[in-house]
Order: sequence, then C-alpha cells, then structure tokens
Amino acid sequence: MAAAMPLALLVLLLLGPRGWCLAEPPRDSLREELVITPLPSGDVAATFQFRTRWDSELQREGDTDHYFLRYAVLPREVVCTENLTPWKKLLPCSSKAGLSVLLKADRLFHTSYHSQAVHIRPVCRNARCTSISWELRQTLSVVFDAFITGQGKKDWSLFRMFSRTLTEPCPLASESRVYVDITTYNQDNETLEVNPPPTTTYQDIILGTRKTYAIYDLLDTAMINKSRNLNIQLKWKRPPENEAPPVPFLHAQRYVSGYGLQKGELSTLLYNTHPYRAFPVLLLDTVPWYLRLYVHTLTITSKGKENKPSYIHYQPAQDRLQPHLLEMLIQLPANSVTKVSIQFERALLKWTEYTPDPNHGFYVSPSVLSALVPSVVAAKPVDWEESPLFNSLFPVSDGSNYFVRLYTEPLLVNLPTPDFSMPYNVICLTCTVVAVCYGSFYNLLTRTFHIEEPRTGGLAKRLANLIRRARGVPPL
Amino acid sequence: MLDEPQEQAEGSLTVYMISEHSSLLPQDMMSYIGPKRTAVVRGIMHREAFNIIGRRIVQVAQAMSLTEDVLAAALADHLPEDKWSAEKRRPLKSSLGYEITFSLLNPDPKSHDVHWDIEGAVRRYVQPFLNALSAAGNFSVDSQILYYAMLGVNPRFDSASSSYYLDMHNLPHVINPVESRLGSSAASLYPVLNFLLYVPELAHSPLYIQDKDGAPVATNAFHSPRWGGIMVYNVDSKTYNASVLPVRVEVDMVRVMEVFLAQLRLLFGIAQPQVPPKCLLSGPKSEGLMTWELDRLLWARSVENLATATTTLTSLAQLLGKISNIVIKDDVASEVYRAVAAVQKSAEELASGHLASAFVASQEAVTSSELLPVSLCGMDCLFFCPISQHSTLMH
Repeated sequence: MAAAMPLALLVLLLLGPRGWCLAEPPRDSLREELVITPLPSGDVAATFQFRTRWDSELQREGDTDHYFLRYAVLPREVVCTENLTPWKKLLPCSSKAGLSVLLKADRLFHTSYHSQAVHIRPVCRNARCTSISWELRQTLSVVFDAFITGQGKKDWSLFRMFSRTLTEPCPLASESRVYVDITTYNQDNETLEVNPPPTTTYQDIILGTRKTYAIYDLLDTAMINKSRNLNIQLKWKRPPENEAPPVPFLHAQRYVSGYGLQKGELSTLLYNTHPYRAFPVLLLDTVPWYLRLYVHTLTITSKGKENKPSYIHYQPAQDRLQPHLLEMLIQLPANSVTKVSIQFERALLKWTEYTPDPNHGFYVSPSVLSALVPSVVAAKPVDWEESPLFNSLFPVSDGSNYFVRLYTEPLLVNLPTPDFSMPYNVICLTCTVVAVCYGSFYNLLTRTFHIEEPRTGGLAKRLANLIRRARGVPPL
Repeated sequence: MLDEPQEQAEGSLTVYMISEHSSLLPQDMMSYIGPKRTAVVRGIMHREAFNIIGRRIVQVAQAMSLTEDVLAAALADHLPEDKWSAEKRRPLKSSLGYEITFSLLNPDPKSHDVHWDIEGAVRRYVQPFLNALSAAGNFSVDSQILYYAMLGVNPRFDSASSSYYLDMHNLPHVINPVESRLGSSAASLYPVLNFLLYVPELAHSPLYIQDKDGAPVATNAFHSPRWGGIMVYNVDSKTYNASVLPVRVEVDMVRVMEVFLAQLRLLFGIAQPQVPPKCLLSGPKSEGLMTWELDRLLWARSVENLATATTTLTSLAQLLGKISNIVIKDDVASEVYRAVAAVQKSAEELASGHLASAFVASQEAVTSSELLPVSLCGMDCLFFCPISQHSTLMH
C-alpha cells in the first residue's frame, strides 16, 4: 500500500486529473449565478441560483407511484433569518467565498420582496435514463426598493444592495457568474451605464422574449485581479421613463365573495392576454376542510359562455383529516377572462381548534396554475448543460412556448366564532349571585338583635320638649 | 496457534488445563487467553497444586469477565460524583442504537483538494467491527465533507521544529465551534458519535497536538468522552513542490481508521484488560473485538439498564404517591406492568448467567420505563392540584 502511493501520485502528475478514470469517486459540481435586473420603476431585482449535482448509484425504479405524492402548503408563514441560515448551510462555500458572501440577512430582509426555494430532483445522465444524478437547486430572489433601500437615488451597486462586494470565486465551483439584464438599455449608453464595462454579453430568448445580459465571470482571473474586488455599478443617466411594463400573457386573481358567516363563493379569474393563441392551464386548488365546497355549484365561464374543462380530478375533504383537492385542465380562449367559481359553506369548529386570534380569520392557500405559454419569439433548442441556470430551471424541449407556474394570492376567510368571553362571564355572574343571595341569607340567619335602652336626653332634649309642649306636639 | 473447538454460549468461559510440560504454550507462559471465550492454563505437579491452579484460573477469569471496575464504570451515572474518578466516566450511556458520523474538515479548499475513500474504508474496517458489536445495538454510519470549517483555537508557532502546535489545554475549546456545523445530533433518534478528520490550512501546516510534557502525540489525535474523536492529518510537504494550488491530497485511510477504531473502542468502554503475569494474550481477530470483550460490555450494559429502569420506576412511584387524583389510561398501566416484569426477568437471567436474554430483557425494561413519564404527562390527562381541589366551575 505504501509503495503503491508514490506510483499513483506519479501517474496522476503525468496524466493530470482527467486521466483518473473509474477509480475516482463521484464528485459534486457546483454552479452559481446571480442575475441582476433593473426595473423601469427604479427598483432592482436580484436572483441567486446555486446548483449542486452529484452522481448516485441509485437506480430509478420505474415511475413514481402516485400514491406516494404529497402536496402541502402553509399559507401564512413569514420567512426570516431562521430560514436563511439553514438554507445557507446547504451551500458548500457557505458565505465565505464566491457569490454566497453577498447573502447577509440584514440586507436581504430589508427588501420589498423576498423568496427562497429549494428544489431537489433526479436528472437523467444519458438518453435512456439508466443512470441518474441528483440535482439540488437553491434560488433566492429579492427586490430592492428605490425609495427605502436606495434612499431615492436611482444608482445601484452591489455594495449598496448587499453591503458587500465580490472578492474571490468559490474554489469548489465550476462556474460562478453575474448576469446583468441590459435588454432595453443595450442600444444606447444614454439611459443606463454599467460599470465596470462587461467583456462579454449573452443573448437568448427568456420567457418568450429576447433578452441581453452582460456577463461578469468570477473565475476569469483578469476580472478580479484589476481591483481585488468586483463592485458592479448601475447608473441611470436619464431617469427611466415611467412606462408600464408589458402585461404578461397569463395572470390570475382570486377572491372570496358573499356576505355573512354562513356561505360564500370562491372565485378565480384567469386572464389570457395573448391576441390570437389559446392555451390550456392546469389549475390546482387546495381548500381546507372547514370551507365545505359544493362541487355541483362549480361554474367555469369564458367570454360569457360555459367552458367545460377537459380533465377534472376532485378529492373531497374529510373533517379534520384532509383538505379538498381540485385539479382541472382548462382551455383559455385567446384574449379573454375565464372565471372559475364555486360556492362553499363555513363550518363551526370545536372550541379548542380555534387559533389564538380567531377573529383575524383563517388562511386559504393560493391556487397553483401551471401552463405552457406561447412565446412571441421562438427559441432555438439549446444544450441545457451549457445554458445558464436561470434558463434551465424548467426546460422545455419545444422552443415555441415556455413553462410558467403561477401562485395566486392567499385568501383570508372568517369563520363563525363562538363568544370566548362566556366562561368568564358565567363565573363572574354566578359568583356575584351566590355572594349576594348566600350572603344575605347568611346575614339573616345568623344576625343576633340586642335591645338598647334609650338614653335620658341632655339639655338639648329638654329644650326641644319645652318648645314642643308649647306647640301642642307630643314630646320626644 | 490454538484452535477453537466449538461455539460457546454467551457469557460463558471455557478453561482448558494442559500438562506442565506440554509444548502448546511457550515454556515461560503459564496461561493463554484466546479471542473467543476460551483460555488455557498450565497445570502443575505440586503439593499445593489445587490452590496454585485455582489462583491461576481465577486470575484468567477475572481478566476475561465482569469485574468491579467494569461495574463501577457502568453505574457511574448513578453514584455520587466524588467517589469515582473521571476515568470511569468515559463510556457511552447504554442506548438502543448509535449513529456514527465521519466528517472531513477542509478549512482551506483553495490550497488543498482533499479526497478520501470513506465508503471503502467503512466497508473494510468499520463495518466488521460494528457487525461484531451488533448485539449491543443498531449502528448506522454516515459521512460528510465540510468546507471552511475552522477550529476555534489559533495554533501557536514553535520555531524549534518550525511547526504549529495545539496545547493540551486548548483542546476542549476546539470542539464547540465545529459542532454547530456538524448538524447531525438534531435529526437522529440515537446518540451520535462524531469522528472528525481535520486537514490544517496551508498557513498553519504542519499542525501537531502536544501532550502535557510538550511532546507531540504519536497519533496526532484526541477524543472526548461521549462525543467522539478528532484527528489532525498533515499534508506531506513534498506534495507542495508542484506549486500549483490547490494540491490534490489523497488521505491514507489505513492510518486514519487505525486511530478512529481505537477511539471507538475506548468510547464504548472496551478497555485494555488486566492481563495476569506470565499470560499470553492473543490479539483480537480481524474485527478488532474479542468475543469475551463483547460479553463484558453486555454485562455492564445490562446492569446499567437495570439501574436506570429501577430508578425511573421508583421515582415515578414516589411521584404518583404524592398526587392523589390522577387518571391513568389502561395502556400506560400495562406499560408499567411490562416494565416491572422485564426488570424481574432480566435480574433472574443475570443471576442464572444467560447473558443474551438478560440483555434483551433489560433493554425492553429501559424502553418501557423511559416512555412512562412522557405518556403520563400527555395533553389529555386531567388531574387536580390538591390546593385547588374545590375550584371547579359551578354550572
């Protein structure tokens, strides 16, 4: 064993790391990316994405049995530092090198939008999918507000956003890049100036539209050596025109209507703003058991006419065990609004099942819409390994549409609540009545009476009797 | 080599007598302790033959089976602290299973690209040892690599040997900062044993651990009772000649596993036996564990389990004696009966020497009695304090 070691080292030095075949254990590979998108309102959005991939000998045994699929939502959970810290621990170079040094909790939670996600999925390593790798993707998106974080100035830099700059790449990362979206400002340098000037740009069809990105590669030694740190600055030369951003082809709203605490109606509005293309949408609704849905009242209307879904799956709720599950495939006609509505009745819960503040209401989780939306510009099929991470989270093989998953807003519904002050009232009233009645009885029964002799009056009494005899009134 | 005839029952010992001039043993050795519950003692032709041979047999039996200090170590938790020294507190508490974690700490991935074949090493060295110990509980093994994990202590520079060293006094402060990143104890049912392999950063290479005399420790490792062990692996300075950072480091798993297995034996309380004079001790077989050492461990564990179970049941009985109106559900009551029956059965089996069934019964006693306080104080239980006996709502 000891003699084999120097020999093995010699072979390694001769062949380099790539000569080491078969005996090498599978290695993780880490790719990290940061996408900075300046918005027309002066805000800036930043999205981090980290991908770790490792090979495993686990073979995929057939398809996943759908009996083992579970879906769960917690509608009103506030994300805070307690969630960020374990999320950061999953990164190999956690907050010491690479893009993860920018993840500081005090800046990330000082934003108007914050979203974190962890995706784990198996990825086929070859065309027949006989061996798989596991992929762990972590994404974090924040939107910095121009007025709160930017203090009204519309200049942004990495230091102003994260109070840190980038110094060195993570030694474990095979790719570590920053992309800045310069689509609308590419042609003229008069609206937005990006500093330091990028060496390369990247153009692609993202979400159906053509976009251009400036690339800063941390693994490129020339990038860091110039100034020992990288602080990307965005300066608005001219204030951006307040033009409304283009309306997306698919968006949705959800609301509860009705009056009183007995009944209500749950409505979801699906908007298809594409001028001439219709496309199907998969709608998934999970409604808690205490809103008892009446499925016979389910109506779907588009442009005033009834729209029958091509597929419905409904699983009724069981009290205190599982919620309602409603899944439908609805075809949305072009340039239309589709309304999906269902009526429900509110249930009365047991007194121990109410939350500490029951009059605040109960949360209903958002509905999930999944759709393949047609793109304006068809994308060329690309090798997914080469494209950046933000393009390959939901890869679609056909370039003429892109995959979108939307969540509507969560709803707040009031349930009939009992009067929780009644036990206190009963105790007070009962104790008062008992005290008054029992106290009086007790007094009456146990009070003893003494006879008191009248006192012989003093001088004042004799004077008073004199005056009374004179008036003819009986004496005291 | 003396051959073992047949399998022995657990908890038993077989002693063979050979003639005084037999050549089975080397001439100056009077006895031999084998790896599998057998021993050989040389006879003698003498007036006091019975006494001398009896003494030799007793010495051999004491080396191989349960003695007072093993019992003291097992009951260390239940005895007042000043009676026994810290030496006796080293073994792990008895539990149904253990989780063993091997972690490679690489604080400087820019300089060192460390690879270790942990799966192969576990398969070749650790798994046979754990299979031999499988009667003592369920074991699960996992491993991880942590980057940018620093020790909490700054090592000092020794100009005489131009190396860095960690003093014995600094060692207790090393563990805490690292433990928060290990992250295994929160998510496991069983107690966790951590074995860390630390590859020091380029700025602090080479790093040695010094004992109280100032000399570097031969294995460059230390362990902490009931927690695990840490070994410092220095990268050979010859590998830096390639001068391209990071250098690739292949960890020599044999050296590492030697140390970790020795630490694992100590953590379990399998100490070096007291070998009587002129006795030849056969080394353990390839698993690293002699069968009678496992027996000693099971004896100690059974006694410890019995002590824990009886203490729990006694304190529960005293508590229930004080609360008068408590409603106890039927399944909790049957759990109590089961725990008491298991304790009695285990004591009987220990007295008659059936070790395997005694150990199983003692584990059952501990499991049943551990669940009792939890199930008694469940949320649906209704009991009144004696003070507010009359404070019911009057409707």
